Amino acid sequence: MNKEVFDLNIDDTLYETKLTKKFASRKPYIPHNPKLVYAFIPGTIREIFIKPGQLVEIGQDMLVLEAMKMKNLIKSAIRGKILKVHVQINQTVAKNELLIEYE
Amino acid sequence: MSLATRIVDFFSRKKKIDEPAQEGKLKQAKMGKMTARDRIEAILDDKSFHEYDLFVEHKSEDFGMDKKYLPRDGVLTGTGTILGYPVCIYAQDFTVAGGSLGLAHARKITKIMDHSIKLGIPLIGINDSGGARIQEGVNSLAGYGEIFYRNTLASGVIPQISVILGPCAGGAVYSPALTDFVFVVDNISKMFITGPEVIKTVLGEEISMEDLGGARVHAEMTGNAHFFANSELECFEQIKKLVTFIPWNSSKKPEKFPVKLPKINMNFNDIIPKEPTKPYDIRDVIKAIADDSDFLEVQELWAANIVIGFTRFNGETVGVIGNQPLVLAGVLDVDSSDKAARFIRFCNAFNIPLLTLVDLPGYLPGIDQEHAGVIRHGAKLLYAYSEASVPKITIILRKAYGGGYIAMCSRHLGADFVFALPQAEIAVMGPEGAANIIFKKEITESDDPDRTRKEKVDEYIQKFANPFKAAAAGYIDAVIVPEEMRDYVLHSLHISTNKQEARPSKKHGIPPF
Repeated sequence: MNKEVFDLNIDDTLYETKLTKKFASRKPYIPHNPKLVYAFIPGTIREIFIKPGQLVEIGQDMLVLEAMKMKNLIKSAIRGKILKVHVQINQTVAKNELLIEYE
Repeated sequence: MSLATRIVDFFSRKKKIDEPAQEGKLKQAKMGKMTARDRIEAILDDKSFHEYDLFVEHKSEDFGMDKKYLPRDGVLTGTGTILGYPVCIYAQDFTVAGGSLGLAHARKITKIMDHSIKLGIPLIGINDSGGARIQEGVNSLAGYGEIFYRNTLASGVIPQISVILGPCAGGAVYSPALTDFVFVVDNISKMFITGPEVIKTVLGEEISMEDLGGARVHAEMTGNAHFFANSELECFEQIKKLVTFIPWNSSKKPEKFPVKLPKINMNFNDIIPKEPTKPYDIRDVIKAIADDSDFLEVQELWAANIVIGFTRFNGETVGVIGNQPLVLAGVLDVDSSDKAARFIRFCNAFNIPLLTLVDLPGYLPGIDQEHAGVIRHGAKLLYAYSEASVPKITIILRKAYGGGYIAMCSRHLGADFVFALPQAEIAVMGPEGAANIIFKKEITESDDPDRTRKEKVDEYIQKFANPFKAAAAGYIDAVIVPEEMRDYVLHSLHISTNKQEARPSKKHGIPPF
């Protein structure tokens, strides 16, 4: 529990109160951006099928992310041009790490 | 064989089992831990421990196990008393094959569990084990399953207490998770489903055992633990104290204690600030009205925006649930609803009346809350209060706004007695928010919006920010001054001794968990 007293706004009223660690460290919400592809699970990049500047179609294979002994084939959810591939083969990635960026 | 030889034989067999214990003592001490036997003796009354199944042996033959003798198969079981209260107890012995659980080990535990269900007395389990005895294969898994099954059968019949005094990893964690109270000790307790090594191999993430599933993590972050102690001895004192508050089984009431007046004689106006936006510690109110100002808080470090715990009025155990204005203004959220709901269900199962102290601005707004399922978790609280048929007493101290008012054991959820202090504000929402909505047009069209807003807020306060609308509707039974709180609680409990409620018969309800 945090020692200091803060103002917490509930229904337009400011309440003087301490915050919990969990509340104080909550992450701001980031809306979904279809042009950014993140790792849904931590693992290792085994194959990359695309390169920057390439136009990919919906459902096209982009890379293989190996995690929990499974080779996950990551396919494109949109039609678009690749701006940047942020990973290399055999690179380990954390959960929610940026993998691919579309233009 | 003469009788004398037989007796000598018996003692030599016993000695063979007890001898390695000395070596084990050193091993445990090196890890800062007590031995299984010392733990049991420290929890139980002097010389009250009666051990069973000392001579139990495993029957496994694979991987050289046929040549291994494991004293007691790695677990002590028996019965004893705590401050005179009977209990069944078991303690895993980490010095015997790492406290690993094989079938014979598990069967000793299930036997003492069956015993405690039949005898109707609490069960205390001390966990200190590396996990499944891998050499025994599926038999070891069978052992765990048979324990979980009995934990579930015993749930709501006898109080079940788990004490984590070492590792408790993998499937093993589910036995404590199914029990009513989990005790952890700093730097000693470790609980997780998959350990740091597996996490590193599979996911490439590095974390220490302590940060993954140490005592603090479970006491502060996950809510798995109910009591946190800095040492094993402090932990045992907490167990002894808890045992005095709870009954032997669900057909009994907790033991009655001599009546003691509150030790702390405080001026309530000094505790509860007049302005509804100012914080105070709800535990001060509890201590100011409870017998001997004695309050055993449960899950103190987790979801601190709600306070739960045991206390006594007129010598009888009462479960208290109070919003905590000191933390997050006392709002309800995912964790606090979850925390209070489970406590309410424990109290109801074990005939412990509920006292609810209300002072909250409502539910915590936020995307994280909505996405974490505040609807589902919040519903647990409504369910638990509505389901509870023990005497339910509610006192509204200050704010009771919106859904929070309903959820905190309102008349509408079946409270038997609802009282409110004169400064209570029972309304759909706080005056600021309400005025901004009701008088939006007047405020925006005004030449001086700030002045108009203030006027409208005052108008709302006059009309709604009091207990009298609710009193006029009969939703609260009496408006009382703070000094009358203890008397009203005592009287309400006294006249509810024979409370009976007719409810639709059912196999069981389906709470939102």
